[in-house]
Amino acid sequence: MPETATDLEPVEDFRLRLRSWLADNMPRARRRGAAPLRPRGQMSDEEELAEVAYHRELQRRLFEGGFAGICFPKEYGGQGLTPEHQKVFNEEIWPYDYPARLQVPPMQPCATIILDFGTEEQKRRHIPAILRGDEIWMQMLSEPSGGSDVAGAQTTAVRDGDEWVLNGSKIWTTGAWWSDWALCLARTNWDVPKHRGLTVFMVPLRHEGIEIHRIEMLNGSREFCQEFLTDVRIPDSDRIGEVDQGWTVGTRWMFYEKSFSVSFYVTRPTPPEGSGDGMSVGGDTSLITEARRRGTLNDPATRELIGEAHALSLVSSEANRRIGEAIATGKMSDQGAGLSKIIGGTLGIRVANINFQLAGPAAAAWTEDSRAAGDQGVAFLTRQASQIGGGTTEMARNVVSERLLLMPRERTLDRDIPFRDVPRGPSTG
Amino acid sequence: MELELTEDQEFFADTTRKFLEDKATPTDLRQLRGDPIGYAPQYWRAGAELGWTSLLVSEEDGGGSISGRGLADLALVAHQFGRHAAPGPLLATNVVAAAVSRRGTPEQRAEVIPGLLAGETVATWCWAEPPPRDRLGEVGLSATPDGQNYVLNGRKGPVEAGAHAQHLLVVARAPEGLVQLLLPASSPGITVIPAQGLDLTRRFAEIRFDDVVVPRSALLGDPSATEADIERQLQLANVIQLAEMVGAMEKAFEITVEWAFNRYSFGRPLASYQELKHRFADMKAWLEAGHAAADAATRAVQDETDWAGEYTSAGKAYMGVYGIELVQDCVQMHGGIGVTFDHDMHLYLRRVVVDSLLFGTVSDHRQRLATMLERREAVETNESHEDKEATNA
Ligand SMILES: Cc1cc2nc3c(=O)[nH]c(=O)nc-3n(C[C@H](O)[C@H](O)[C@H](O)COP(=O)(O)OP(=O)(O)OC[C@H]3O[C@@H](n4cnc5c(N)ncnc54)[C@H](O)[C@@H]3O)c2cc1C
Repeated sequence: MPETATDLEPVEDFRLRLRSWLADNMPRARRRGAAPLRPRGQMSDEEELAEVAYHRELQRRLFEGGFAGICFPKEYGGQGLTPEHQKVFNEEIWPYDYPARLQVPPMQPCATIILDFGTEEQKRRHIPAILRGDEIWMQMLSEPSGGSDVAGAQTTAVRDGDEWVLNGSKIWTTGAWWSDWALCLARTNWDVPKHRGLTVFMVPLRHEGIEIHRIEMLNGSREFCQEFLTDVRIPDSDRIGEVDQGWTVGTRWMFYEKSFSVSFYVTRPTPPEGSGDGMSVGGDTSLITEARRRGTLNDPATRELIGEAHALSLVSSEANRRIGEAIATGKMSDQGAGLSKIIGGTLGIRVANINFQLAGPAAAAWTEDSRAAGDQGVAFLTRQASQIGGGTTEMARNVVSERLLLMPRERTLDRDIPFRDVPRGPSTG
Repeated sequence: MELELTEDQEFFADTTRKFLEDKATPTDLRQLRGDPIGYAPQYWRAGAELGWTSLLVSEEDGGGSISGRGLADLALVAHQFGRHAAPGPLLATNVVAAAVSRRGTPEQRAEVIPGLLAGETVATWCWAEPPPRDRLGEVGLSATPDGQNYVLNGRKGPVEAGAHAQHLLVVARAPEGLVQLLLPASSPGITVIPAQGLDLTRRFAEIRFDDVVVPRSALLGDPSATEADIERQLQLANVIQLAEMVGAMEKAFEITVEWAFNRYSFGRPLASYQELKHRFADMKAWLEAGHAAADAATRAVQDETDWAGEYTSAGKAYMGVYGIELVQDCVQMHGGIGVTFDHDMHLYLRRVVVDSLLFGTVSDHRQRLATMLERREAVETNESHEDKEATNA
């Protein structure tokens, strides 16, 4: 946790210093609050690599300017400041470009896990490198046999002297093809119950024995990867946490994964509170622009849908703010992060449906003139991705009901038996 | 409800909570079902003593807040009102008290405010009109100038406490635009028709104005500011409703969680079924979002930000769907008992439903939001033109 000592730079001083530094050093955002110019699914590999390089460069500028890793400790290249400073940072960077690709998972959960569980040497080696934009980290959790049941990982690590030998396969690893490192959850003991035989490793992605295949999503994006690990040798010094105690790391990892939207280790440009600017988050005014283009702006049914989407976007962002604050101040357990996922899965889905509905027939077939509608159509096809990635909405509902409302846990058939004997379905990959 | 309250606020909210726990039990509410005004006069006087009617009134007029933020304090009371489905014209009285304290002449303030502060009299705002003029903001009631007077003709309703309020703040259409007039309910030409209503204790009426003669001195505030005043009053009303709705949602949810642990089916508590657990998880998320929506609206209206109307409308548009759905699902989780008069659930259901329909339906508030967004888009488009021009220059 960041320190809250009183000799830290006062938040408003920090704001002014940051404001003038940003003006001199960071490029203005292409469009306020905007998503990438082009949906990722439609980027060529060259464009995508160029964007990654650009984000590394932005991160490096922040690092050199003394503004990278606001809440990371100073000794590892961070600024050792408070969540309040990060909040100011999020507000001040709002009009500028920022290294969006280097936030989740590199800053959280990856860097935060290294911070919590890494040895001194591991921390000194990797955290500054992450904060400088030199190392981009991804997460190797999900496997072809299942992602919700993370602790059921079957990728195996066997000790060989000072090294570990990894074999198996990980899947759905976003961005593995343009990244440098990954945290990898592996099974080191098949003869104990599933939670007691796991270990976490730091794996360099371009490494002997790792084959990275890209998977095409239905929108054309090829961000997803599957990694095949064949006799991959990892030094024991790249193990994080104790042998077979990987679930201690894993639990925290899951928490960080679910709570990134309320994390102060992650930069999330937000319009200054009370400026009213945030109300255009979620592309609400673009709904007006699009309706005008379609000639439907004066149609009461259209206006009602626009108003509904705006209401839900606004309430969702206020809800996330509240949940984040409640967790940060200890008024709600960490598990409350699942609430944000549910809000996305209910209110967010409704907003997505409205965007789609308002786009009209051009969402099915479009020309350059109606490309915005086409983008809505494509986005709609992948609507569920946000309900699956980072843990599914159903899993969030399990967590909220069982951990927050303390309702009885679901019965499982894999609790107290050796992992080897746990029933499994036919392999899917 | 805000995550952080001051100590004074906690104490204040707790005092109202204890009072309502004692004086507004579900049994009391059921007994008030047929009562013409819906509460006992001494109950309202005692509530006024606790501060229910003074929070939006200036200190000069004898009012005052707990925390320096009167509306935030009032939202705490409204939240407790929702939790208890409590009787009493909280919204009506506070909206008028705020308007009179802010805009009234010394005579108007002296005439109206002391009685409201003491809980001896009730005031209500007559803005909405019956069908076919029931869309938010429609005003057909006319104020025709006649020498030093206006002559009012038209209908208002539903008007909360319309059959027993002593003071009416009436929105009327005059040749110069909308005006607000503060008049005694006993003025000649006024006919009150009590309405049937969903809420057990909250009374409404339709009020007819037939050649009601009102002196110009009854104008509240300058007509040029009336539109802004009405917007402000609407926002206050919506904030009180939102806080009340989230209180009712919260209580319904708590009752239902407890039920789910205690009710068994097939040898297991309901709380052990994943299908129901998932619905509880959704309800919990919607409840938190309800708190967030109500708090954000309260803050924005308290601070009179330019975007206050967007927050209140977003809250009403949200709560009117998800708040109601939450309570209906609580009914569903109860099975048959959930739709009986004996069970308490309907007390909270009535409250959220009534609040969702008055001072703007879901549909009205969505339309308002679209209009506000359109304005915002125009500003953004201008700005980006200016940006471009600045870059070109
Ligand atoms: C955009 C995106 C990015 C991703 N990035 C990464 C990444 O970088 N690294 C990584 O490791 N993984 C990543 N994933 C994978 C993701 O974490 C998994 O897809 C997810 O956890 C679900 O696992 P699964 O696909 O195996 O589905 P399964 O676990 O097989 O689930 C199938 C369905 O069953 C439901 N289900 C499963 N168990 C239960 C239960 N106990 N109760 C109720 N319902 C249940 C699920 O909710 C789902 O609907 C990403 C996925 C997406 C979509």
